[in-house]
Amino acid sequence: MKMIEVQNLKKSFGKLEVLKDINIDVQSQEVVCVIGPSGSGKSTLLRCMNLLEEPTGGDILIEGDNLTAPKININELRQRMGMVFQQFNLFPHMTVMENITLGPKKLKGKTKSEANELGTQLLDKVGLVDKAEVYPDNLSGGQKQRVAIARALAMEPHIMLFDEPTSALDPEMVGEVLQVMKDLAEEGMMMIIVTHEMGFAKEVADRVIFMDEGFIVEQGTPDELFNHSQNERTQVFLSKVL
Amino acid sequence: METIEVILEGLPTLLRGMGVTIEITVISLILAMFIGLILGVFSITKSKILRGFSMAFVDIIRGTPLLVQILFIYFGLPSVIDIDLTAFSAGVIAITVNAAAYLVEIFRAGINSIDKGQMEAGRTIGFSYAQTMRLIILPQAIKRMIPAIVNQFIVSIKDTSLLSAIGLAELTLSGQSIYAANYRAFEILFAVGVLYFVIIYSLSLFARWLERRLDVA
Ligand SMILES: Nc1ncnc2c1ncn2[C@@H]1O[C@H](COP(=O)(O)OP(=O)(O)OP(=O)(O)O)[C@@H](O)[C@H]1O
Ligand SMILES: [Mg+2]
Repeated sequence: MKMIEVQNLKKSFGKLEVLKDINIDVQSQEVVCVIGPSGSGKSTLLRCMNLLEEPTGGDILIEGDNLTAPKININELRQRMGMVFQQFNLFPHMTVMENITLGPKKLKGKTKSEANELGTQLLDKVGLVDKAEVYPDNLSGGQKQRVAIARALAMEPHIMLFDEPTSALDPEMVGEVLQVMKDLAEEGMMMIIVTHEMGFAKEVADRVIFMDEGFIVEQGTPDELFNHSQNERTQVFLSKVL
Repeated sequence: METIEVILEGLPTLLRGMGVTIEITVISLILAMFIGLILGVFSITKSKILRGFSMAFVDIIRGTPLLVQILFIYFGLPSVIDIDLTAFSAGVIAITVNAAAYLVEIFRAGINSIDKGQMEAGRTIGFSYAQTMRLIILPQAIKRMIPAIVNQFIVSIKDTSLLSAIGLAELTLSGQSIYAANYRAFEILFAVGVLYFVIIYSLSLFARWLERRLDVA
């Protein structure tokens, strides 16, 4: 089943055209990694998918619902899509447990004990049960990002979007976050991941999309893209990052 | 008469005036907080009309002297529109409007000081703009704004003394009425000053306590 369809997506900031005619279909359970040079529009593409940026043209369908339709209930739709940011964006005035349970309590009508039970399950999944009552300031970067993933999962999303989830981390903490994402992929979560971790993309992605200057230059299986690309721009980029 | 006797004799009148000062300050500042918060949020929305309205309000109020505003509301307005304002209600309006204008700027700056990622994280979970403001942005912003808000409260308390100009028997005018009769301006104004200090210093202590309490959370 098609979970996401992006059709002729365009996005400009003033005169700067950042996305130029993007077309993507993503199936359920698929893991898609988006790679490309800085400024190529990867974050903008991801942010258009949950309307953090308003597309200038084209359509985005999430499970068949058109995001740009005038009557769309964006708040309901966003609940179906979790998003994880490079800078974590945890709520500093709340404990780890409160961060995770705020959405389920306020938006899904869960009682405090139901929400806490869910929160404990999710913290267990990301290996942080002992941090439930801690404030985000007292966590390492890797721990923060794992809490951010748990917080997104608490809304029981059908889709997870990741924007460079490990780029702000010290190298020794990258692995713990990637491991959580691998586990999610194995459970069949549909994920779109903007990343510079080529090793991770090779191992986990069903499909890799290479973007440059607002276009999708090439896409395919990790093997097709990393080992057999015929495209000159892809080759130049890969030669720099591999 | 001894200094102490002069003060003791004036004290009941001064305390009544102090009561009026506190009453008008509390009512005005509660109203001003609401108006300031609403216009503060207006000033950061996408709507040009709301932003423009909020900015115009702030500019006009900040750009004119409070005493002129007080006189305008009490003497000016009733001469053109059919309203009958007591000195007390005119005072509440003037202090409210004036404090609100400064609070708008405090709220605007406080909200803007919160990282944009917080709003995005809230919206991404599925909260509306208003919910994200209420649950995520404002709790963080208000904590940062407390010193500036308290500062404005202190200024507003002192500003109420200008209401003596429209005959409101608040603390300053109460003092004036006493020394107009007994000619003991030194003692009476000293006492007036002490009473203002008591109000303001209590507020400062409360604010310090509040900040410490919020720091623990
Ligand atoms: N809100 C904005 N206003 C103006 N320009 C923007 C805005 N957001 C992004 N841009 C510009 O759009 C272009 C693409 O940005 P984007 O963040 O999507 O790139 P990216 O591929 O994610 O890069 P990186 O790898 O550095 O994160 C850049 O030139 C950027 O400066
Ligand atoms: Mg980016």
